[in-house]
Amino acid sequence: MCAKRVTTKPGEVPTTGHSWDGIEEYDNPMPRWWVWVFYATIVWAIGYSIAHPAWPMLTRATPGLLGSSTRADVAAEIKRFDDANATIKQALVDADLTTVSADPNLMSFAQNAGAAVFRTNCTTCHGSGANGVEGKGYPSLLDDDWLWGGDIENIHLTITHGIRNTTDEDARYSEMPKFGVDEILEKPQIDEVVEYVLKLSGQDHDATLALAGETVFVENCAACHMEDGSGDITQGAPKLSDAIWLYGGSREKIAETVTYARFGVMPNWNAILSEDEIRAVALYVHSRGGGQ
Amino acid sequence: MAILDKHKVIETHATLLMVLSLIVVSIGGLVQIVPLFYLENTIEKVEGVRPYTPLELTGRDIYIREGCYVCHSQMIRPMRDEVERYGHYSLAAESMYDHPFQWGSKRTGPDLARVGGRYSDEWHQDHFTYAKAVVPESVMPPYGFLFNKEIDGRYVQDVMKTHRFVGVPYSDEMMENALADFTAQADPDSDYDGLEERYGEAAFGRAINVRNFDGQPQLTEADALIAYIQVLGTMVDFSTFTPDASR
Repeated sequence: MCAKRVTTKPGEVPTTGHSWDGIEEYDNPMPRWWVWVFYATIVWAIGYSIAHPAWPMLTRATPGLLGSSTRADVAAEIKRFDDANATIKQALVDADLTTVSADPNLMSFAQNAGAAVFRTNCTTCHGSGANGVEGKGYPSLLDDDWLWGGDIENIHLTITHGIRNTTDEDARYSEMPKFGVDEILEKPQIDEVVEYVLKLSGQDHDATLALAGETVFVENCAACHMEDGSGDITQGAPKLSDAIWLYGGSREKIAETVTYARFGVMPNWNAILSEDEIRAVALYVHSRGGGQ
Repeated sequence: MAILDKHKVIETHATLLMVLSLIVVSIGGLVQIVPLFYLENTIEKVEGVRPYTPLELTGRDIYIREGCYVCHSQMIRPMRDEVERYGHYSLAAESMYDHPFQWGSKRTGPDLARVGGRYSDEWHQDHFTYAKAVVPESVMPPYGFLFNKEIDGRYVQDVMKTHRFVGVPYSDEMMENALADFTAQADPDSDYDGLEERYGEAAFGRAINVRNFDGQPQLTEADALIAYIQVLGTMVDFSTFTPDASR
């Protein structure tokens, strides 16, 4: 349409008049339907920009006649589900955790909600099957070897406030001394006590060293881990007399633990989850097999 | 139409064509970009968002250097499924001190906009060293070398200066104490009162994380990166924040 259209012969398609090295260009019209659709989209765009937020004005953009807002949409969507679950969530918050399992309706809700919360937040450390990561300090939640107690109230407390974090004053706290680094025990004493711990857990050990290690254990370790190595859930001291190890049960790993100590941290989930979610996931964890 | 008849003039003069194209493109650009600078509803005022501490800023540079944004987004969209999984949808104000922002465009790994405080430092140590050790199904490469690369913060003041130049409100006091704050944050036995005073609860409403992030005595890139990861999405207190639906 820029240069003059040139009609060569009657009945033949005109050219645009452009000529590049003798090559010419036919000037076929666009199909009618295409042209009308094109005009329709322009009209649609004008209507759309009036109906929806679009044009920048002095201080803010035009809100649009339909009042659409992604924030309002998501708030309404969330509210719809919250309202649908409000009654049962409130029932869960009000319920006595020890008796929830007697209420099949509430328990089934807690199981499903708890499973969802677990998959989203807990699997990263405790594994998608809740079996933890052996030897890495992420305990399995399936067995009955609990660090801070495996009854529902204790699980609930642990999830709510976490363990040894710096963000919740009510977090569970205990600290194992660094027996080697802080020179509380000499290297030979550590070797002895390691043999004794191996003996406690029924592994191969050097009997002479273990005998000497018993005194070291009673004087230094028994206050938390108990004389028989059964541990103490009130201070998160693991049981040492079984085959379950949080940081590994080999001679080297136990020596490392005694020398450098361990300080496992769990976040306080009250900062991220609501009370009903915490209760649901506590019930879910409690029912995984190890709950007491 | 007269102007269309001039087409040949434009098409046959390269310079004129270029100048006119530039004008057309500029108009298009200005219409899209300029309103964002003056419209009041593009960035809402939110309490709590603060400039990154020197250590966090260093960690952020490592995040960018390692290309974390290629697989991780930092943008929770306003949709129910995302809010349920990651937490409150991201606000523009939460990345107003990010130069450049790390919203990303692809999630091979999960969104990290609110990962701060979700996992322990130990977990991050294990996970950065060898992700499969803690998450067997993960495809994240190992970043264990970060734990061997010591950092001394010699350029951190320059980096802050650059950020201040593009509008991050680092005060003179923050600039002067950049190096002290840098080392104090990774050492809970140090005197970090100054750091807390400048960036912490009194100034912005939330205490600074002061921990030995990498679990090693020396200050490494892992310290910086974990410090940065642990602050992501934790600055705004959503228990007191009311979203304005019109934004």
